[in-house]
Amino acid sequence: MTSRSALLVLADGRFPAGGHAHSGGAEAAVRAGRVKDAAGLESFCRGRLHTTGLTSAALAAAAAYGLDPAALDAAADARTPSPALRAVARRLGRQLMRAARATWPSARLDALAAMYPRGAHQPVVLGTTALAAGLDAEDAAYCVAYETVGGPATAVVRLLGLDPYQATAVLARLVPEMDQVAERAAAAARQGIDALPAASAPLLDLTAEQHAAWPVRLFAS
Amino acid sequence: MHLDHGHTSHGAISADARRPDGTRRALRIGLGGPVGSGKTATVAALCRVLRDTLSLAVVTNDIYTREDAEFLLRNAVLPPERIQAVETGACPHTAIRDDISANLEAVEDLEDTVGPLDLILVESGGDNLTATFSKGLVDAQIFVIDVAGGDDIPRKGGPGVTTADLLVINKTDLAPHVGSDLARMARDAGEQRGELPVAFTSLRAEDGIAPVADWVRAQLGAWTA
Ligand SMILES: Nc1nc2c(ncn2[C@@H]2O[C@H](COP(=O)(O)OP(=O)(O)OP(=O)(O)O)[C@@H](O)[C@H]2O)c(=O)[nH]1
Ligand SMILES: [Mg+2]
Repeated sequence: MTSRSALLVLADGRFPAGGHAHSGGAEAAVRAGRVKDAAGLESFCRGRLHTTGLTSAALAAAAAYGLDPAALDAAADARTPSPALRAVARRLGRQLMRAARATWPSARLDALAAMYPRGAHQPVVLGTTALAAGLDAEDAAYCVAYETVGGPATAVVRLLGLDPYQATAVLARLVPEMDQVAERAAAAARQGIDALPAASAPLLDLTAEQHAAWPVRLFAS
Repeated sequence: MHLDHGHTSHGAISADARRPDGTRRALRIGLGGPVGSGKTATVAALCRVLRDTLSLAVVTNDIYTREDAEFLLRNAVLPPERIQAVETGACPHTAIRDDISANLEAVEDLEDTVGPLDLILVESGGDNLTATFSKGLVDAQIFVIDVAGGDDIPRKGGPGVTTADLLVINKTDLAPHVGSDLARMARDAGEQRGELPVAFTSLRAEDGIAPVADWVRAQLGAWTA
């Protein structure tokens, strides 16, 4: 078994990798009136978890299996139709890379940074980071599944003034589904790059494009 | 400022004094302080007096707009490619202290695209009295308060007032109108800060930025020495 403590360090929302400035689409959903309360947050997170969450978790798991990061980065591009979200994924990948190299220095991370100086897709960097931290593919998938819902939950607390206990209770209710998604993602990644899932959420893609053009917003995405 | 670690790999991590190609990077100075105290006005005035002799760039951290960056652009204090705005996710002090990655990206991009640079000014979004910059992001920091925010702010202290490398008490031209006692502010600031310097400014006055500009030049002298 891998080190649980290493997983906690990497999965912690305080890990300084830029996520705090992003809402995972929650800001647009709040503005459109689709997320108004804890129940709305739960539906939003569930949808995100089973779509982009699954896809990203599998990419991260594949990177942690040591599959070719360039092929994985291309696979991530192919699974991200929104140019705004592609830019966000690379920016967050670059920010995570900086934190990861300072935290768990490794030749593999240095090589990926050299290959993508402007940033590889965040899940690819995350899987590579997991390896550097002595974690495995499942750990990487769990980490992505958790951050897929943790980011929007924190953002909605700020956007709506939602009771933070209610927001955390939403995360707790989603725990069995996070486990499932992480296991499915890791299982798919075990079968190689062609078996990676391509689940997506078209509404998140559309609203991400609109959100990127707002002149006034609290979150970068 | 002995921050050399001799990194040879791709991309600096944070406070390394040298860029990956071995050249010395720009001095980075942070400007923080409460909303409306005059941070952007200070940045603009510094750019106007320093831009002829130094290669400059600015990073802004607005809370939910691009207003600071747009003000600097509109007033043409620097060419647009030398001004970068960072989005802070509703939490400006997180972006300058707890998770500095987006700001480090911005300073690196500026050095890559318009460098070499002598000086990068990083303005924080207006925040409260506890907001300070990480040493991984800036080499020195200026905390800007104003006389109109109440003459008891220096007495209240807090990390910005107490520990900033330079405390600027701005808008002294307004002191008679708002009944602020400048002598008291100076005394209280001295008690909180010990030997650390304090500058009183009015950016409405001719060359009102001079004390801050002199301090910045001294920092640059030490950085390049
Ligand atoms: N009277 C007077 N007004 C000033 C002075 N310095 C700045 N101001 C004015 O104060 C207002 C706020 O100045 P800014 O420079 O935008 O303040 P800021 O700290 O950047 O504000 P935020 O970024 O919103 O926190 C503007 O209207 C400035 O023109 C000064 O020395 N005297
Ligand atoms: Mg400002």
